[in-house]
Amino acid sequence: MLSDELKRITGHELEERQPLKHRLHVCMGTGCISAGSDRVKTALETELRVMNLDGTYAVTTGGCRGLCAAGPLVAIDGDTNIAQRVTTENVPELVQRMTDLPDSLRLPTEMPFFRNQKKVVLEYSGNLDPNRIDDYITAGGYTALNHALTEMTPAQTVDEIMRSGLRGRGGAGYPTGLKWQTVAKAHGERKFVICNGDEGDPGAFMDRSVMEDYPFKVLEGVTIAGYAIGAQQGYLYVRAEYPLAVKRLKSAIRQAEKIGLLGSNIGGTPFSFNIDVRLGAGAFVCGEETALIASIEGKRGHPRPRPPYPAARGLWGCPTLINNVETFSSIAPIIRQGADWFAGIGTEKSKGTKVFALSGRVNYTGLIEVPMGTTLREIVFEIGGGIPDGRQFKAIQTGGPSGGCIPAEFLDTPVDYESLAALGSIMGSGGMIVMDDTSCMVDVARYFMEFCKTESCGKCAPCRIGTAQMHDLLTIITAGQATLEDLERLEKLCDMVRSTSLCGLGQSAPNPVISTLRYFRHEYVSHIVDHHCPAGVCSALSQPQEAAE
Amino acid sequence: MNSNVVTLSINGKEVSGRDDETILELALENGIQIPRLCYLEGLSIVGACRLCMVEVLGAKGLIAACATRITEGMVVQTDSERLAEYRRSILEMLFAEGFHVCSVCVANGHCELQTQAAHAGIDHIDLPYLYPRRKVDASHRLFGLDANRCILCTRCVRVCSEIEGARTWSVSGRGIEAHIISDFATPWGESTTCTSCGKCVQVCPTGALFMKGASTAELEKRTDFLSWITAMREQR
Repeated sequence: MLSDELKRITGHELEERQPLKHRLHVCMGTGCISAGSDRVKTALETELRVMNLDGTYAVTTGGCRGLCAAGPLVAIDGDTNIAQRVTTENVPELVQRMTDLPDSLRLPTEMPFFRNQKKVVLEYSGNLDPNRIDDYITAGGYTALNHALTEMTPAQTVDEIMRSGLRGRGGAGYPTGLKWQTVAKAHGERKFVICNGDEGDPGAFMDRSVMEDYPFKVLEGVTIAGYAIGAQQGYLYVRAEYPLAVKRLKSAIRQAEKIGLLGSNIGGTPFSFNIDVRLGAGAFVCGEETALIASIEGKRGHPRPRPPYPAARGLWGCPTLINNVETFSSIAPIIRQGADWFAGIGTEKSKGTKVFALSGRVNYTGLIEVPMGTTLREIVFEIGGGIPDGRQFKAIQTGGPSGGCIPAEFLDTPVDYESLAALGSIMGSGGMIVMDDTSCMVDVARYFMEFCKTESCGKCAPCRIGTAQMHDLLTIITAGQATLEDLERLEKLCDMVRSTSLCGLGQSAPNPVISTLRYFRHEYVSHIVDHHCPAGVCSALSQPQEAAE
Repeated sequence: MNSNVVTLSINGKEVSGRDDETILELALENGIQIPRLCYLEGLSIVGACRLCMVEVLGAKGLIAACATRITEGMVVQTDSERLAEYRRSILEMLFAEGFHVCSVCVANGHCELQTQAAHAGIDHIDLPYLYPRRKVDASHRLFGLDANRCILCTRCVRVCSEIEGARTWSVSGRGIEAHIISDFATPWGESTTCTSCGKCVQVCPTGALFMKGASTAELEKRTDFLSWITAMREQR
């Protein structure tokens, strides 16, 4: 039986840990590795061996703790005793004063950055070794799958997700339970589950971190979904630019197969399910579900008109469930702790928590998870610690190239799908870029339009040509060569591209322009009429008017 | 597959059709013209040119008539000031994207882009021209490709793969850089898959694919062969 097997593994793991005095989790996320955490880990191991402590102290690979700005991070035993900015030089000091870290090393874990978060998707907050399934099982992993397989029918599983109020974390916020129900009810002998890990928004790294740190949790969520909708095969579509995530997911699949948590008759039940990894080749548009399906089928990653939706005709014409990495990572906690618990977090229409990648002009950059309904002000000024160098907050960009810029007067807006949409932005997948008064909003719009122009697949005329035309217009505005007629032309193009494009990429490509025009129109006018860039960013116009004259 | 007969209204006119038909097919059956460039009867649907966008009562946004099946009670409007403006704008963008100089084009007078523009009342282009640097491939013995006149409708790609079965043509590159290639971007004349059947030339809506030897305004294209081939295949 599955539950016995899980207990046996947990027992064995705890026995192994018995003689250990301390466990040191060295963060091995992409952020900390780039700050040298792999060298720190080797140095720690050597130091402990030299001091003959390697039998009582264990150095393990840990996951991301969110505060990438303070990396590399080494956690001693848990969430409260963490060493920050560890280098190979201060490893001996760390080992000497492990339980009483000097101020130079100690990370103040009581700061709002940690205190004000609520972790559901990131629930193990870096304390698991992502390379070992035993670690995940010991922390309570796979009990949700066991519960679903042995005590719930597929219909009850769908109902549980439905009642939790979970909505798609990829950006659009479609009710997850409803999607599951549609695919479960669709006719078809073969059905598929696809996990969308093609995260590509500039400034977004939530899914990367989740896949790198909790690969087993993603697998568990996808497997539960497979059981609920009646699929036998799942695919993880991961962009090839995330090699560490790919490596860990592949290793996780092998480990899960080895102990019968994937494959035929999972845990001795009649349910059989396999998962394979498919790599994206670097096209942003492949995050769009129909383009993603085409890509898995081995075709050019082009979107196609919907309906039919993938729920009816998806991968190889079969009913297909596509959810985002973060959505699937919310499944196990919901099954484990119940729909009511999840529905108790968040706002009326947006339940649960959301992971954000906080970046830009803010003191503490990194990965955060907050309950839905947290205000933007709390995120920027409490968790994020405010704007550095005494500068003024100007806007926060959410939703990447499909989203918009929200100005200071709306900082008290609660973060939920409807409120952000009402402001002309979107929740998106969770990128949040904070901008201060050194950012030119026209230049920001131009940057995102350049991204959309480069990433447009070229299939439909409005997006292919429209993004190029809009980018050209924004470029001449930032160069001070535009007229007010050009601005009018730009607005018309925005409306047309939004209304007529084939897929979400084109339909939302004008959003950064529309939202900056809504809140920062004066900056556009200033560029055009006064030939002046108020933020001093646009180099052609960097001289103030007076000085130029 | 069984299909049901449904009743709906297009431009206020009550019409009925099978529910496996698209809005565009039913409109054409009933003598209602909807502008289109990538759609061609007998080829698969791509919904790429976006000229056939129509308004459907209760729908969230505009709907591509070529790619949407009819349903009972649907209320469709194929013409409105807003649609006309969008269509003009898309056509203008297509003109501004490439080099479309009718007076020196083989397809002058027989060009679908030109015809659509005339219908839409376009007499000048308001947008800046993008002036791309695109190639002309004259390596084929019988035909030529002037990529400057290509609007990426992909009719050639589809006819070659779906009707002729040669799969010579495909799309390469992304966004504004997207373009048609033969084989693995080898010159058309050196293609090992091309059967020189000329179907791609016949279905091309502009002068992008042309027959050698045809002079300005001489190239009339025929697409009616498609319906014959499709009809014969369906009968079998």
